[in-house]
Amino acid sequence: MINKLSNAQIAWRAAQDIEDGVYVNLGIGFPELVARFQPAGREAVFHTENGVLGFGAAPPSGAEHWDLINAGKKAITLKPGAAFFHHADSFAMVRGGHLDVAILGAYQVAENGDLANWSTGPNDVPAVGGAMDLVHGAKRVAVVTEHVTKHGQPKLVRRCSMPLTGVACVNRIYTSLAVIDIESSRFVLREKLPAVSLDELQSVTAAELKIDGTVVDLTVPGDVS
Amino acid sequence: MDKTKFNLAEAVVDIPDGATVMIGGFGGAGAPIELIHSLLERFRATGHPKHLTLVNNNAGNGHVGLGALIECGTVKRLICSFPRSVDSRAFSQKYRAKEIELELVPQGTFAERIRAGGAGIPAFYTPTALGTDLARNKPVAEFDGRMYLQERWLKADFALIKAEVGDEHGNLTYRMAGRNFNPLMAMAAQCTVAQVRRIVPAGRIDPETVVTPGIFVTRVVEVSDPQQEEQLNRAGAIF
Repeated sequence: MINKLSNAQIAWRAAQDIEDGVYVNLGIGFPELVARFQPAGREAVFHTENGVLGFGAAPPSGAEHWDLINAGKKAITLKPGAAFFHHADSFAMVRGGHLDVAILGAYQVAENGDLANWSTGPNDVPAVGGAMDLVHGAKRVAVVTEHVTKHGQPKLVRRCSMPLTGVACVNRIYTSLAVIDIESSRFVLREKLPAVSLDELQSVTAAELKIDGTVVDLTVPGDVS
Repeated sequence: MDKTKFNLAEAVVDIPDGATVMIGGFGGAGAPIELIHSLLERFRATGHPKHLTLVNNNAGNGHVGLGALIECGTVKRLICSFPRSVDSRAFSQKYRAKEIELELVPQGTFAERIRAGGAGIPAFYTPTALGTDLARNKPVAEFDGRMYLQERWLKADFALIKAEVGDEHGNLTYRMAGRNFNPLMAMAAQCTVAQVRRIVPAGRIDPETVVTPGIFVTRVVEVSDPQQEEQLNRAGAIF
């Protein structure tokens, strides 16, 4: 049994690629964890599509302002330099190419960069939120995800079988086993857990993993859990 | 010029059957709970207005506000981006029973369609949703070598919105992330009704800080201690 990364560890790895001074949108749920691991000395400004730039952690219980929430409807606080704006301006920031990074969750990612993350099929009540806007607006679109589903099925595939959120939009995938870039419609393996062999990784990935240069060991500090 | 001579009941009394009604808010933030409840009370007392088309980003949470309005059966059709919440049973039960129609719109497109409605722009092009199920039957066009999807404006008969301070002219300011869709919807409706925490005389809002100029606002109602959906739900409230 491979000792795969936890969600917090995947989020830590994704946070290492966020440069100083960039504007970042984190999807609801798992991607929100990325904000906890900003490297020292770097300041990213977090955008939430419901109209806040520069928000911080959740307030203590009882100190919430329920008009001050994030896209996941959770209470937030403000950092110095924060700003409020309406929804059309918020998505002008997204669509207009002003947002540097969007990090989202995924049901499936295809080797050409297609992303499926909004609908599990016709039996579900469909809900899309801002995901379809974010994937075509941010300069860099990254995904954080388990490498396989809870039933062991690959989430990195040749073509998505689930309804698409966006076409050819993902640049980088941080999984519980590896870091993979999408270049020229191919998965390019950049990092993998040292305990996982290439064959093992390929066996749980439903499209070919290209090697282009050195594959770096994916390591996370022990105190990140 | 005095747009503040209305109470909550008078503010919604002329919304007709079959109307398209935009309701501001994102989840509970900026949601005009008292205006929604006033509309719901009118429906319970008179059976009208019925067959409403509702425009809101969400589909309610729990059994207050939008959730209660959907639950009572007055909503025929919902246009939104995210009809799920901690407790969106009111909507999901009606949706599964095919008692309510849903038009799902990506959130940025939803916002821009409303803005376009208020700005007199009948259609626009966006990269959002291109190549997805939500692009079905929509025209596409190439601009500068990239494909875009055509989306149409969204307008309403009424908008029910929430703001922080309003004056006799209808000028409005907002509170934190309670702003969200409220300024856009104010522009996109024939009749915009704003509930505000405080009404002040003209001249008391610094013109530099006005977010929604009064030209977009028809009626202003003071609700000095507005309820928040989140707190009502935590208290287990049912309206």
